[in-house]
Amino acid sequence: MAEKAFTGTSFYQFLEENKLMGSRCQSCEALHVPPRAICPACYGEGMEWVEMSGEGTLLAFTTVHIAPTAMIEAGYGRKNPYCAGIVQLTEGPAISAQILGVDAARPQEIEIGMPLRVTFVQRGEGEQARTYLAFER
Amino acid sequence: MTQRKLGRGVAVVGAGMSKFGAFPGQAKRDLFVEAFQEMRASVDRGLDPRDIEALYIGNYSSDLFENQGHTAPIMADWVGLAPRPATRIEDACASSGVALRQGMLAVASGAYDMVLVGGIEKMTDLPTERVTDTLATAGDVTYEIPAGFTFPGFYAALATAYMDRYGATPETFMHVGIKNHDNGALNDKAQFGARITDIMDSKRARAIQKGYPVPEWEDEWEFLHDDRANPVIAWPMRLFDCSPISDGAAALLLVREDLAPSFSDAPLYVLGSGQASDVALHDRADLTSLRAARLAAQQAYDMASVTASDIQVAEVHDCFTIAEIIATEDLGFFPIGEGWRAAEEGRSARTGPQPINTSGGLKSKGHPVGASGSGQVVEIWKQLRDQAGERQVPGATLGLTHNVGGTGQTCVVHIFERR
Repeated sequence: MAEKAFTGTSFYQFLEENKLMGSRCQSCEALHVPPRAICPACYGEGMEWVEMSGEGTLLAFTTVHIAPTAMIEAGYGRKNPYCAGIVQLTEGPAISAQILGVDAARPQEIEIGMPLRVTFVQRGEGEQARTYLAFER
Repeated sequence: MTQRKLGRGVAVVGAGMSKFGAFPGQAKRDLFVEAFQEMRASVDRGLDPRDIEALYIGNYSSDLFENQGHTAPIMADWVGLAPRPATRIEDACASSGVALRQGMLAVASGAYDMVLVGGIEKMTDLPTERVTDTLATAGDVTYEIPAGFTFPGFYAALATAYMDRYGATPETFMHVGIKNHDNGALNDKAQFGARITDIMDSKRARAIQKGYPVPEWEDEWEFLHDDRANPVIAWPMRLFDCSPISDGAAALLLVREDLAPSFSDAPLYVLGSGQASDVALHDRADLTSLRAARLAAQQAYDMASVTASDIQVAEVHDCFTIAEIIATEDLGFFPIGEGWRAAEEGRSARTGPQPINTSGGLKSKGHPVGASGSGQVVEIWKQLRDQAGERQVPGATLGLTHNVGGTGQTCVVHIFERR
């Protein structure tokens, strides 16, 4: 794999390839998702890319009824709420993502701890089109 | 952690605020002038503004709210304080709590003997969606906001983690809203200034006036469960769990400790101060507590040589109702995991054993984000000087403010004493 910089730009480029990638510190083995260039655990600066399995569990969530502009443009809002959450990956780190495959109108039925699998969603049109991280049941 | 003390002591000798609310057509500088005038009038032995040496102004985002950057010198100008150095401090909703800390450090360092600390925000010129977008920039726009998180959404996520871990329910949070509206009804500076039952009455009256069907709510609980009256913003946070969109300003006058008696008959000595930062929400080991708040509180308690049980009145950052419950645990007022029970049992009520947010908090008083931290100090100023009127906590001499930026990526805590 060509060595990309350990940056957000690279993270999103990998998402375009439907890959959820993190960086592993070569000094202390700490795993970082999203990727980091500097390890906050040991201050090591040697990193390598690691692809995540995409399996995880739900740590916390909300269903958003008053949406930001970007999500309104994606068709969400008061009449079509969506779920956003924090997902702990099997490998350890946790990350924020939209949660699909749950009924956002029935938040009482969404369970913390439920298993999730990574998926990739397209939002925006034309030049603005981008791949975003999501998880689904 | 090493116990830190200031190089020299600092005292608050004046405090004032504008009314908080929605003031279309009123400029931010006019609100700051109003706060400055009230601050000036509060200096018992008089203030010659020429003695002020520098300004530290908390402001979150005039850039996005009003297309106005470079706010601090404009504020300095309109209270007549150019050409003194004027610095804007931005740490999201903790901006003016941090401005206070910076002003305090400047006086403690010996650089100045008297500084003005202020906070200012004008949020209501934008439509709600744009306010939502602007507030979201206090999160991480690369890794958090693309998930669809809004600010209510972040705190709602903390709420789901908290409910799952400790057994709180959405009703738990409503207790906080009811309490803070009760307190705010006694505060003429509060945006709402009304109990929830008063708001229900005015909604009924408006329905009658307009010939609409009159809502029949048995009590405030039924009102708070009504999806129309109290819609979900980001579950489990409903409208009445969220602080409002507000305009407002506050101003505080800080002097070196030994000068305090020449300005004030009852100065507030800054006994403790602490501040910490944190990682993005998803990177935290614990989603039911704010580490930055625990660290900032510990620094402040250590500097002040007091403990949580010594604090008689506290203004905590209730941007959302869940935030108040977590704050009361992080500050040590209630054991971890017990804050929700304490709220339900009224232990944080104005007349309870640990009064929290006697001003009405951000929920009822309003949350002009950059002004909120300094606004909290105005309430402690009044409480510790026995000037809080109907909402006075009798005999309070030790008070605390807890001001959070973003999801807890910043927290700043101060402890004040009237001797």
